Amino acid sequence: MSRKNKKTVSEAAVNTYVPSAEDFVLDVNRDITTDRNFASQGFWKGVCTRFFKNTRAVIGLVIIVLIIIFALIGPSLNQYGYSDIVSVYDEETGKEITARSMPPHIPALHKLFTGEDYDDLFAEHTFIFGTDSLGRDLWTRVWYGARVSLLIAFVTIFIDMIVGMSFGLISGFFGGVTDSFMQRFVEIANSIPRLVIVGVLATFMTKGIGLVIVALLLTEWIGMSKIARAEMLKIKNMEYIMASRTLGAKSGRIIFKDVLPNTIGPIITQMMFSIPTAIFTEAFLSFVGVGIMLPQCSVGSLIEDGFNNITTLPYQILPPILVLAFLMLAFNFVGDGLREALAPRIEDM
Amino acid sequence: MAKYIFKRIIMAIVTLFIITFLLFMLVRIMPGNPFPSERMSAEAIEKKRAEMGLDKPILVQFGDYIANIVSTGSFGKGSSLYNGAPIATVLPKAMGNSFKIGGIAICFGVFIGLVLGIAAALNRGKFWDVFCTVLSIIGVCIPSYVFMIFLQYFFAYKLPVFPFYFNNRQFFVSSIMPALSLSLFSMSTVARFTRNEMVEVMDSDYVLLAESKGMYGTKLVTRHILRNALIPIVTVIAPLIVDLLTGALVVEKIYGINGIGKLMVDAITGEGIDYNYVLALGILYSTLYIGIMLLLDIVYCLLDPRIRVTEKKGKRRREAEKKEAPAAA
Amino acid sequence: MADKILEIRNLDITFTTSAGPVHAIRGVNIDLERGETVAVVGESGSGKSVVMKTAMGILAGNAIINSGEIIFRYKDDKGNAQEIDILKKDKKWIRKNINGKKIAMIFQDPMTSLDPTMTIGKQLMEGMIMHMGLNRQQAAERAVQLLGEVGITDPAKRMKQYPHQLSGGMRQRIVIAIAISCNPDLLICDEPTTALDVTIQAKILELIKKLQEDHGISVIYITHDLGVVAKVADYVNVMYAGKIVEVGNIEEIFYEPKHPYTWGLLSAMPDLETDDSRLYTIPGSPPNLLHAVTGDAFAPRNQFALKVDSLAEPPMFKVSETHYAATWLLDPRAPEVKMPEELQKRIARMLKEAKSDAGQL
Repeated sequence: MSRKNKKTVSEAAVNTYVPSAEDFVLDVNRDITTDRNFASQGFWKGVCTRFFKNTRAVIGLVIIVLIIIFALIGPSLNQYGYSDIVSVYDEETGKEITARSMPPHIPALHKLFTGEDYDDLFAEHTFIFGTDSLGRDLWTRVWYGARVSLLIAFVTIFIDMIVGMSFGLISGFFGGVTDSFMQRFVEIANSIPRLVIVGVLATFMTKGIGLVIVALLLTEWIGMSKIARAEMLKIKNMEYIMASRTLGAKSGRIIFKDVLPNTIGPIITQMMFSIPTAIFTEAFLSFVGVGIMLPQCSVGSLIEDGFNNITTLPYQILPPILVLAFLMLAFNFVGDGLREALAPRIEDM
Repeated sequence: MAKYIFKRIIMAIVTLFIITFLLFMLVRIMPGNPFPSERMSAEAIEKKRAEMGLDKPILVQFGDYIANIVSTGSFGKGSSLYNGAPIATVLPKAMGNSFKIGGIAICFGVFIGLVLGIAAALNRGKFWDVFCTVLSIIGVCIPSYVFMIFLQYFFAYKLPVFPFYFNNRQFFVSSIMPALSLSLFSMSTVARFTRNEMVEVMDSDYVLLAESKGMYGTKLVTRHILRNALIPIVTVIAPLIVDLLTGALVVEKIYGINGIGKLMVDAITGEGIDYNYVLALGILYSTLYIGIMLLLDIVYCLLDPRIRVTEKKGKRRREAEKKEAPAAA
Repeated sequence: MADKILEIRNLDITFTTSAGPVHAIRGVNIDLERGETVAVVGESGSGKSVVMKTAMGILAGNAIINSGEIIFRYKDDKGNAQEIDILKKDKKWIRKNINGKKIAMIFQDPMTSLDPTMTIGKQLMEGMIMHMGLNRQQAAERAVQLLGEVGITDPAKRMKQYPHQLSGGMRQRIVIAIAISCNPDLLICDEPTTALDVTIQAKILELIKKLQEDHGISVIYITHDLGVVAKVADYVNVMYAGKIVEVGNIEEIFYEPKHPYTWGLLSAMPDLETDDSRLYTIPGSPPNLLHAVTGDAFAPRNQFALKVDSLAEPPMFKVSETHYAATWLLDPRAPEVKMPEELQKRIARMLKEAKSDAGQL
């Protein structure tokens, strides 16, 4: 309401300007041929501007960058390795004591709040997220696991993108028999539930990272190929492709030089949505027990560890779950932001 | 339309056959040993192979396998699970358990999702819209199994309202938590999708025309908006059901449900992998999946007159244009 | 004062968009007398459709009406004369009493304005059942009759068909049939021919004209096509950036235009006889109404702009009883500016043609 009032006031101010006689001369020497309303802006520059105007997308991006940074440097911020079992030599009993199932243990904070040092054997040790049931530092393991999960996701999605994009572009470009044959293939591949693929793979592959990656490679390219094909079909009949063709460009040139750059946007968006799927699938497979194997760890296997001890040590499951949830959320935000930035919706008037 | 549906059914059967063949070949041909070799002598393995028909040519084996399924509904025996009990006796019970939970979850997800989405679209910017947005964010970023763990921790362990594990005696109470957690993702997706579709339809020209005709309120929503919004929603339900199949694996692990998901996990994570179970379950899952996609395809085609009432393409249009010319002259 | 069916006074509308508030309609006045045809002309984005959607009560949810009134005069079911302000009525009341029944609308794109999941017959009968209290059978009979009236062959068969089975021209005829089904007093045509083939355009215009005469309907045309205006309108409102900049009867606008923007529009009309080998276009594009406009919104594109144009908004200057224009060029203090020579020649040519046409009659 207040905004409305302000507007009428400001308009009144403009309207009250009383023109004097000297205002009535032709306003010459102006450039009226240049259109300043829609000053030209490069396509990608426009996308960037719109993307960074979107708060959710920026938050997503910041979260992703933070998690990647921690995944890279987190494990080396303390002295423990991801599979090291922390133990101290107890002089009173003469035994080696392992730091099993400790809750978060941060001497600096403890001192700050209570004014005292810890009086247990691990007074010198910092375990930000605590330790697991074997006595390994969870901080190190969580970031190490995030690194593994992210690595799996990026690698598989990148390969899937290349495979799916080539498949889709070729299928869409040549059309006809090639296309219908390739599409039948996609249809059949798409009709096998991922679960079944994992099951069959498990019969002859050793469980672990390899199995997860192969399972992801076999399923995620389909979505990419569909998008690439749709884009190809849309672009194929545009005038500039015709022009290229009449100038004698070969198929390869048209596909990769003329069409490919214009499909990048939707493909990247699809990647942003595929990465959380990949992370989720990895977490899911590890949770079920066919994914990452000990002593390796990933976000999923850490959640499984936590789940097994949930009734006694509920804090163990929180860090990996939070990392997973933030990753999923952030990639979805970024994906949404990209999609909107690439194809801004014109609002209805 | 009958022709279209017939074509789809034939295609589904062919696809299923090809997939079965692929699965069979992969499971049988790929390196790997169905028998835990340390505990069996070479002769014993040889005998067992002959007993299971593994010494015959692979195509013959496949033929036998299919013939067996078609004629007796038998998938053979398990090789390590349940001491080699016939799969056909284990499977129905597991399927029953899974379908009960899955069915409730689908109903939960689709029904509540639809209602939420409709409420959000009709109250744009108000409480239900915000609720729907928050739900879809939660649904997207928290995997259903994490949600399950929380539910179980808080409502079965800390506050024992529901039983910790699923059991058939307390069917209703004990199935609420697994079904709810299983349906979270589909619920949020359906809600978000319904909302967006509804909003899009509400901004469409034909709804404007209906409004300018004087349509309003319930009539406008049910006659013009809902039907048009529902058509694309059908297409997201298929992938959601697949997600549900996958999710069922974890739910069954967490809530200790003896269903097909748990069977699958047991078959692939056990000491000796049970090839026959993997094969049987693979075929079962594929059949389910293809069947559901086929069903939704038919529903889609019934809902959308643009597919239902398609006569020979082009002919009708040309005819229409021909008549247009003299009509106005 | 004659019998005005619709009076739009000082209408001012802002849209809230994600980019900020857009002041789309900045004080619009339009009058329509019973039985006449008024055209609202302007470039896309000038706000012509918004004004008419407001009159129909079908404005998008993000619109805020800052001020104004839309007076509509009609006879209610009992035959009593009524005078209402549409902006003061709630949506439900408008739907029940006005939409379809008293004011009907034809939309721009017939390919998207029919419900794809409903048969033609149902869509046609819906309004009649609701407003005229007919039962299904009566409505169906009248629907068949209406389809015949708008020139659709084999109407009984079309009733059972879906929109996708018909061509664009046929769909627009059906939209017209829906619009006139409940005998409205006022018909708003939002670019009714833009999306159609040229050959069908003329037929649709003739159809609307014929229905207007047969049923005594008042019509508002929204268009950017001056060719359409010349064929159908009695009065013309030229709209630019959310404001009416010139209004007059058809002769005044076509033969004695006063506003530089109208000059531009007329010059930009394709014409067989023009000597100039290049088609004239108005430079630049309409202002982005996200930003407040100071002075005359057209000034940045106007080769005849005065210094005052960028300082103060011109009021409506009276040219004749029916002809008004909002340009400082009409101020007594302004230097004398003549319309471009090419346009003068063109108008002279048009006048000659019109005279010879009249002579032939």
